[in-house]
Amino acid sequence: MYPIVKKQRLAPEVLLLEVEASRIARKAEAGQFMILRVDDPGERIPLTLADWDRERGTITLIFQEVGVSTKKLGLLNEGEAISDCVGPLGHASEIGEYGTVVCIGGGVGIAPIYPVARAQRAAGNRVISIIGARNKNLLFWEDKLRAVSDEVLVTTDDGSYRRKGFVTDVLKQLVDGGEQVDIAYAIGPVVMMRAVSHLTMEYGIHTVVSLNPIMMDGTGMCGACRVTVDGETRFACVDGPEFDGHKVDFVGLMKRQQMYLGQEKEARERMGHCRAERDA
Amino acid sequence: MTKRIGEIPRQKMPEQSPEDRCKNFDEVPLGYTVELAQREASRCLQCKKPACRQGCPVEIDIPAFIRLIVEGDFVGSAQKLKETNNLPAVCGRVCPQEAQCEKFCILGKRFEPVAIGRLERFAADYERTHGEVNLPEIAVDTGKRVAVVGGGPSGLTLAADLAKMGHRATIFEGLHTPGGVLVYGIPEFRLPKAIVRAEVDFVRRLGVEIEANQVVGKTITVDELLETFDAVYIATGAGAPVFMNIEGENLNGIYSANEYLTRVNLMKAYRFPEMDTPVARSRKAVVIGGGNVAMDSARTARRLGAEVHLVYRRSRVEMPARDEEIHHAEEEGIEFQLLTNPIRYLGNEEGWVTGAECLRMELGQPDASGRRRPVPIEGSEFVIEVDTVIVAIGNQANPLVPASTPGLETNRWGNIVADEETGKTSRDGVFAGGDIVTGAATVIEAMGAAKRAARAIDRFLRGEGKKL
Ligand SMILES: Cc1cc2nc3c(=O)[nH]c(=O)nc-3n(C[C@H](O)[C@H](O)[C@H](O)COP(=O)(O)OP(=O)(O)OC[C@H]3O[C@@H](n4cnc5c(N)ncnc54)[C@H](O)[C@@H]3O)c2cc1C
Ligand SMILES: Cc1cc2nc3c(=O)[nH]c(=O)nc-3n(C[C@H](O)[C@H](O)[C@H](O)COP(=O)(O)OP(=O)(O)OC[C@H]3O[C@@H](n4cnc5c(N)ncnc54)[C@H](O)[C@@H]3O)c2cc1C
Ligand code: SF4
Ligand code: FES
Repeated sequence: MYPIVKKQRLAPEVLLLEVEASRIARKAEAGQFMILRVDDPGERIPLTLADWDRERGTITLIFQEVGVSTKKLGLLNEGEAISDCVGPLGHASEIGEYGTVVCIGGGVGIAPIYPVARAQRAAGNRVISIIGARNKNLLFWEDKLRAVSDEVLVTTDDGSYRRKGFVTDVLKQLVDGGEQVDIAYAIGPVVMMRAVSHLTMEYGIHTVVSLNPIMMDGTGMCGACRVTVDGETRFACVDGPEFDGHKVDFVGLMKRQQMYLGQEKEARERMGHCRAERDA
Repeated sequence: MTKRIGEIPRQKMPEQSPEDRCKNFDEVPLGYTVELAQREASRCLQCKKPACRQGCPVEIDIPAFIRLIVEGDFVGSAQKLKETNNLPAVCGRVCPQEAQCEKFCILGKRFEPVAIGRLERFAADYERTHGEVNLPEIAVDTGKRVAVVGGGPSGLTLAADLAKMGHRATIFEGLHTPGGVLVYGIPEFRLPKAIVRAEVDFVRRLGVEIEANQVVGKTITVDELLETFDAVYIATGAGAPVFMNIEGENLNGIYSANEYLTRVNLMKAYRFPEMDTPVARSRKAVVIGGGNVAMDSARTARRLGAEVHLVYRRSRVEMPARDEEIHHAEEEGIEFQLLTNPIRYLGNEEGWVTGAECLRMELGQPDASGRRRPVPIEGSEFVIEVDTVIVAIGNQANPLVPASTPGLETNRWGNIVADEETGKTSRDGVFAGGDIVTGAATVIEAMGAAKRAARAIDRFLRGEGKKL
């Protein structure tokens, strides 16, 4: 069992949990993820390692409550425990001396971009972070990103905070304004990663994206996480999760993510039903 | 004994009817009653030089355990089995006895061989369901510690044997539950998971510690294990799925057998939404392959309500699956499309598979394996309409451990190179056995390798080792 030591609401439907998992904390690197099972009937779901504290032996998870597993996870309180946590999984981000690195986080993707920005900065790069969300309420960790970036640009789709527009608009302005960008990292919804990749392709900026297909074991055993990159099948859990955004088949990824839409809806409805009954 | 040799026929084991069982996940064979077991046991000639034993990879004293059944000492019989086999309830169910002990049984020359597997199952089940399972003698604690990587049959066997020899074994298992293929691959209707759990509990009671959720190579490396353990045994199995790399293989509804079986067995998707993990609701499924894994996949899809076609590129005689499994699959209404091979998959707008385009094959000259090579018949393309495809054409070694262990030698298929008699690898203090060494094989072979390695590790720890 993996006890929860801290729970914090960051935004409507976005929660932060700090979990005791010393073995994962000891090895965690930027770009890696873990897999958890909330309880015994639970599904195995992947979440990115948003932060970790090697000394205290804790990891930080930030997630959006979208379906049964994440909602169940959100129901746990400090002092309660997660049944299974395994990791760190996947390859770490390639941290190097690039020059100027742009780190783009969209929505709940702001969380996983944080350790990447931190590591790239620590390696001596100039880091410009661009974070965006639908509206002001959904933004979080701006302060944390400021602490590890040379510059942080914030945007909201509806203009309720800072600039109005998408992260791609900000990126375009930045590059058109003469900023020499050596590499870009983009983590967020698939449509966002695809839009960023399209844009940077035009500008010839190497772009790394973190893919989030449906996973099960996370160790290369099942192939649920198959993605097509450069025309070849790769297992995102062991070959990724980061890939060259200019070579990813994003449309294929989006289709695969929808494989269980019907069952997911059914399960959510059933869960709502059970809770309603219990609360009545 | 006054009976005439071969007078009593081999006793059949009662089983669920095909009509009933293709609607549930309960075990198919129901097991011998005491009467059936004793009648079958009485067929054994108690040979002075029992031929059957040479067919057993762990050298069970077969006539001895059978005699105890005749004498009515069923618990004693189970204990006799456990002297050499830690998992008799499992082996009695999944071993290919027809190619092992029963193949050599002297009775088989003129009559049918003694049903050794069914008797093994009977004795082990009797012990498990009739009160406390006694622990064998455990040697004095040596204080030596051994890390076992992987909690499948090979890792479990090795840990149990070392525990009995007085060493302290800790299993590091990547998944959330130990058992390996026994829990995630072989379906409930062939091997109830409660039995595997009981066998794992027995191994725990011997003093073995099991740490789940530990992916060696990621969470901890072999070299880190060697800092606190005196030896390491790697038994990570042949867990990586093979795909055909043909067009459309990443469409929704196309699974590796590993994924499909793991969803249903380990994650219990057949009980969705009571359990959280979903699996496709198939109307028509095609399974590609002709081995045991293909049969398990087909029979699983059938139980989930699908019409199932099994597509295999050679003919029936070349099928590597056990006869019994092929027979069960046929009884359950699986349709065999032999001498057929998929060449691409067709899909719809939403990215779901809608068809498997196949070619008919004919058999040509024998290939390297001695089996006749299937050759495509030109122009024979046809499409099977499907909404689910399960690819069961084989598994290969997972590179996680070798890739994170410098100096650990592997062969060109990625299997760890280990001495057959001792399990020694190219790294000092590191041993390996089971599917990760041999490639996909059998439960009993994985256990046999563990037994030999346990003896070698014991010698290593007691004296030959550098750490003494
Ligand atoms: C490497 C990786 C890292 C991720 N990191 C984060 C993160 O840091 N924060 C976060 O909020 N989300 C993250 N996700 C997505 C997260 O795993 C899904 O939101 C979660 O599994 C949804 O499960 P559910 O039962 O709550 O919702 P469901 O209603 O079951 O599903 C909602 C959607 O989530 C996806 N999904 C469902 N099951 C799985 C599964 N087993 N594996 C992956 N995706 C699934 C599907 O596309 C589905 O349509 C990550 C995914 C991957 C692959
Ligand atoms: C569907 C199916 C049906 C089968 N039916 C039969 C049958 O009827 N009879 C028969 O004799 N054989 C059968 N087999 C074959 C048999 O199951 C295997 O030969 C046997 O399980 C091999 O045992 P093992 O211990 O070497 O590996 P496995 O059983 O594969 O166990 C390996 C274990 O190691 C774990 N692991 C892997 N990598 C790591 C890591 N990096 N760190 C930590 N842990 C790790 C895995 O999670 C797993 O638990 C079948 C196989 C399959 C797939
Ligand atoms: S060979 Fe057959 S008859 Fe002889 S001891 Fe073995 S099981 Fe009994
Ligand atoms: S999640 Fe199973 S192979 Fe990647």
